[in-house]
Amino acid sequence: MNKIIEKEYFSEAVVKLVLEAPAIARNRRAGHFVIVRTGDKGERIPLTIAGANLERGTITLVIQKVGVTSTKLCDLEVGDLVTDVVGPLGKPTHIEKVGTVLASGGGVGVAPLLPIVEALKEAGNRVITVLAARKRELIILEEQMREHSDEVIIMTDDGSYGKKGLVTQGMEEVILREKVDLAVTVGPAVMMKFCSLLTGKYGISTVASLNTLMVDGTGMCGACRVTVGGKTKFVCVDGPEFDAHQVDFDEMMLRLNSYKLSETEAYENFLNSNPKP
Amino acid sequence: MDGVSEYLKQERDQEWRLALRGNMKNKERTQLERVSMREQAADKRNKNFTEVNLGLLKEQAMLEAQRCLDCVNPTCITGCPVGINIPKFIKKIEAGEFLESAKVLKETNTLPAVCGRVCPQEVQCEEACFYTQKLKKPPVAIGFLERFSADYEQNSGEMSVPDIHDKNGIKVASIGSGPAGLAFAADMVKLGYDVTVFEALHEIGGVLKYGIPEFRLPNRIVDLEIDVLKKMGVKFEKNFIVGATASVEDLKAEGFKAFMVGSGAGLPNFMNIPGENYIGIYSSNEYLTRVNLMNAADPAYDTPVISGNKVAVIGGGNTAMDAVRTSKRLGAERSIIIYRRSIQEMPARVEEIKHAQEEDIEFMNLHNPLEYFADENGRVCKMKVQKMKLGEPDSSGRRRPIPIEGSEFIIEVDTVVVSVGVSPNPLIPQSMKELEVSSWGTIKVDPESMHSSVEGVFAGGDIVRGGATVILAMGDGRKAAEAMNRYLTQ
Repeated sequence: MNKIIEKEYFSEAVVKLVLEAPAIARNRRAGHFVIVRTGDKGERIPLTIAGANLERGTITLVIQKVGVTSTKLCDLEVGDLVTDVVGPLGKPTHIEKVGTVLASGGGVGVAPLLPIVEALKEAGNRVITVLAARKRELIILEEQMREHSDEVIIMTDDGSYGKKGLVTQGMEEVILREKVDLAVTVGPAVMMKFCSLLTGKYGISTVASLNTLMVDGTGMCGACRVTVGGKTKFVCVDGPEFDAHQVDFDEMMLRLNSYKLSETEAYENFLNSNPKP
Repeated sequence: MDGVSEYLKQERDQEWRLALRGNMKNKERTQLERVSMREQAADKRNKNFTEVNLGLLKEQAMLEAQRCLDCVNPTCITGCPVGINIPKFIKKIEAGEFLESAKVLKETNTLPAVCGRVCPQEVQCEEACFYTQKLKKPPVAIGFLERFSADYEQNSGEMSVPDIHDKNGIKVASIGSGPAGLAFAADMVKLGYDVTVFEALHEIGGVLKYGIPEFRLPNRIVDLEIDVLKKMGVKFEKNFIVGATASVEDLKAEGFKAFMVGSGAGLPNFMNIPGENYIGIYSSNEYLTRVNLMNAADPAYDTPVISGNKVAVIGGGNTAMDAVRTSKRLGAERSIIIYRRSIQEMPARVEEIKHAQEEDIEFMNLHNPLEYFADENGRVCKMKVQKMKLGEPDSSGRRRPIPIEGSEFIIEVDTVVVSVGVSPNPLIPQSMKELEVSSWGTIKVDPESMHSSVEGVFAGGDIVRGGATVILAMGDGRKAAEAMNRYLTQ
């Protein structure tokens, strides 16, 4: 049981939770994730760690309401207990000084991107970060990103903030302007796919952090399997970060929809039986 | 005469045993028919998750106990990986002292209600029974009797807690709460150690919880056995992954003096054939974990599972049988085992195969999958299989399956469960670089002491064996406990 000690709404559908988890806070590195379960009948879901505070013994998670489990988690308040939190899991991000790094984050993927950007910057890289969302209200963690990046470019689909356009347009602008040694991308699978196609075109090595379905998160079930370079890999123990140009994103997107029908139905039932005041 | 034989002889010479032997002639005993297990009817049980085997009635158990000849040289014990005093517990049943019988089991077996259900007695104690060896008759139903005593005790509400030595204050850890870890923990806590069991999942029990289905081993039974361990003083830490949440070094700094790694064979193998990642294709680990641990079949729980109408399970082991019988219970019209050898080579227990056949499971033996096909949503809809024939025996002693060219054909499926073995979980070996592992990824140990290449780190169960049984893992746990006790007291 892990107590929630801070909660912040980034938007109506995106919530930041700070939880007590001293052992995880001590051992986590950028790129690690945890498995979380809410309630005795809850499901286990993976969430990438967005930050940690050693003194307070806390970790930060950023969750987007997309279904029953994420909504149950987002509805918890300060002082409430999360039933199960286990981690840190996965391999940490490989951090080294490579020169200029182009980081791109979309949606809640910006949250796990933050510790990666922090670590890359600290290792002495020049870090340019592109944040993308549909509209202004959905851009999160901009201030923190600015603190750890040499430059932050904001892209919105509707042009309500930053520049109007897709994440790839912001990235390409940088690539055409200066030499990029490494790209890092975290966000929805479709976004990472197009970021990867773009950097592939320019021959820039690229790392993508994948967020697939999981049950145990320790290698036992294989729900998270993806094809990387023609071979089946487990995101939980072989990843979550892979060479983006080797990842079969189309297959990953298909597998993410494994339970789409039953999930949508379950979510509707959940919303109907738990009406908001 | 060694210590064990000496002890067995003394026990056998006790008055109550002499008296029982005098009650009935051996000739009368051997005339008795072996008891049959009461079972749920096949056409009912394949629609529910309650236990298939219903256990013996008191009268049945007492009658079966009479069959045991209380041999001078009880060979059955040599067939038991945890060395249960088998004649003694059976004779307690014959005497009608069922709670006493359960106590005998618990002298050496931490989980009698589990073992009475899932042990392959037919290749262990019952294989070594005098009836099997010399009389060529069906052996005494040792497994059924073990289950009887253990269940009787559980249902009596008077669970006995074994005696514990004076506490010595020495902290030791089990990494994993499956059968190896639980057996280890029980022996160490009895010896007076301060034992903590670390478990990665949110439930204690390892494979007993996530792997073996309710209809073979109800979780309630496992929990009752774990409660006894808690009463004995064993501490459990859930949601704790040694090597991630804290390292072995961190735990040493907290005062832990020695470790038993029983982290299991975790990673499911796939066949690496085209289409294996389509939606609706599971590893048996995932399929069973969703249903057993996460209760996916119950709509009150959030975890989903795809329950198809035409389910193919690839493999011939006990796990494959568990998966295919689960699929039937989830409502499949057709549940098919696809196995590349014949039924004789199947590694599954005879009882599991028989139960599956009774439950309307189809067996496609001598067939092997080649490729999967999906519909427009990426959900598996068909598979291509090839017929096989048997050739010469291979290194496992079983006849090697050989593909028959041109025999390929297509069958319609909407769910596939791949159950072709597991590989050891790499988390512990990855976090302890100096730990020696085999090319398979299993931890190398001294077979006598279960001591690994790292000082004070022992290992047992599937992380050493690469995929075996509950009882062999428990045997390893006990061996590791004995050796660790020697190591810590030298």
